[in-house]
Amino acid sequence: MKITELFSRGEFVVSAEVGPPKGFHIEGLIEEAKEYLSGITAVNVTDNQSSVMRLGSLATCKALKDAGLNPIFQMTCRDRNRIALESDLLSAAMFGIDNILCLTGDHTKLGDHPGAKPVFDLDSVSLLYAVKQLEAGVDLGGNELVGEPPKFAKGAVVSPCSDSLDAQLAKMERKVLAGAEYFQTQAVFEPEKFISFMEKAKQFGVPVQLGIIIPKNVGMVRYMNANVAGIHVPDDMIEELKADKEKTKAGITGVEIAARIIKECRPYCQGVHIMALGWESKVPAVLKQAGIC
Amino acid sequence: MLITQLKSKETIEALTPGKVFIINCHGCKEVRFPEEEAKALQKELQDAGRVTGIFTTDYICNPDNLKLRLSYHESEIAAADAVLVFSCGVGVQTVSELLEPKKVYAACDTFPLPGFQGVTPLQVDCAQCGECFLNITGGICPLTACSKSLVNGQCGGSKDGKCEVDPNMECGWERIYRRLKQVGRLDVLKCPVQLRNYANDVAIAE
Repeated sequence: MKITELFSRGEFVVSAEVGPPKGFHIEGLIEEAKEYLSGITAVNVTDNQSSVMRLGSLATCKALKDAGLNPIFQMTCRDRNRIALESDLLSAAMFGIDNILCLTGDHTKLGDHPGAKPVFDLDSVSLLYAVKQLEAGVDLGGNELVGEPPKFAKGAVVSPCSDSLDAQLAKMERKVLAGAEYFQTQAVFEPEKFISFMEKAKQFGVPVQLGIIIPKNVGMVRYMNANVAGIHVPDDMIEELKADKEKTKAGITGVEIAARIIKECRPYCQGVHIMALGWESKVPAVLKQAGIC
Repeated sequence: MLITQLKSKETIEALTPGKVFIINCHGCKEVRFPEEEAKALQKELQDAGRVTGIFTTDYICNPDNLKLRLSYHESEIAAADAVLVFSCGVGVQTVSELLEPKKVYAACDTFPLPGFQGVTPLQVDCAQCGECFLNITGGICPLTACSKSLVNGQCGGSKDGKCEVDPNMECGWERIYRRLKQVGRLDVLKCPVQLRNYANDVAIAE
């Protein structure tokens, strides 16, 4: 089901993210998704996340759909040229996968195949444009499609706590003009920054899902602060994780922090997107504590 | 080697309705410059009273040399709304950086040719893409200043203004955004979606 239908009904849309394994045995991922994520609206499947080669997003989306979940097919522009991207969009449509999320993608140098060719024939904006063209029955080469064109709920991402917010907002507007119908954000740890971002972003009239990462421990947040673009975990939150090591290890502190951020930001956004990074089992607790479900 | 080719007359005229100062680079011997076509177009602009001055030289990619030479044309440059540069992409970027915050536009597209390249001992580079993007990116090349060569804006990978690939490299799109803001041309970020045309690449075209 297209998640845009839920936004237009005014629902607070909840999605979470799974990362396919480095191998083709997917039973564990499906079981976990069924157990912890079946209560939510949609499940994103990452596309060779962080430029690390894994099982494909499209195949995993199909397996999740067969298991009764509602997948969001993440597509990056790093590994495929426009022909391959358009072709995969048609493949997704054939499988009945109708939610997509268009990203530029991390550079190949950041991953586990640093010598691979970075493609970037398209980028997040021109990929959205390509989708819109396919929906109008034409490919980027200007050729007509055979039969009824595909229809997707077209998503994109934005980084609300970025240190170059103006450039991010300009890019967000380009994505909206190119056809983006909903946004998922980079993980937010500073609600006040997110809220002031939303004040500026609401002019675009497109629903935004707050991005959440459940903080696992001090090492993880320090790593993110040093290395991950658009993420800053404030000192008092780091202290909170330090305070009771057992509580943090058990995930209780992380869940509390995540739920608190959601509660604080909820009045300003249209949904939440949880990137559990292996802690899928904690997603139900986060949502419950945040008062969502 | 490389070839510079004039952009269409409509494209050049659409860049600015106002007065222009013109810089021609007859450059290094590795470049084929469309001298006659450029002269004809510039004559038309002159006849329409839109030219404050024309300066023709070589090696505008040498910033020290260029700075000195342009100092003799300060008043003509000041009287113009924009500077129109007829050169390869390196020349346009050098002028653009030197004359900041003046609006500087590229009148040519630069194509590659097999053989020896012109010597440009500079931080700026031209990818010879044959579809110069400098007029919508504030005179900073997105192909060479961005590690992903993105043509539709910044990715989400810059941290503290630095590129995700190289912490010593400034994010090219942050530089572009700052320049566009400085010259009052943030409106170009609302231009149509840009798609690269790799058919301009000689290796592919052949």
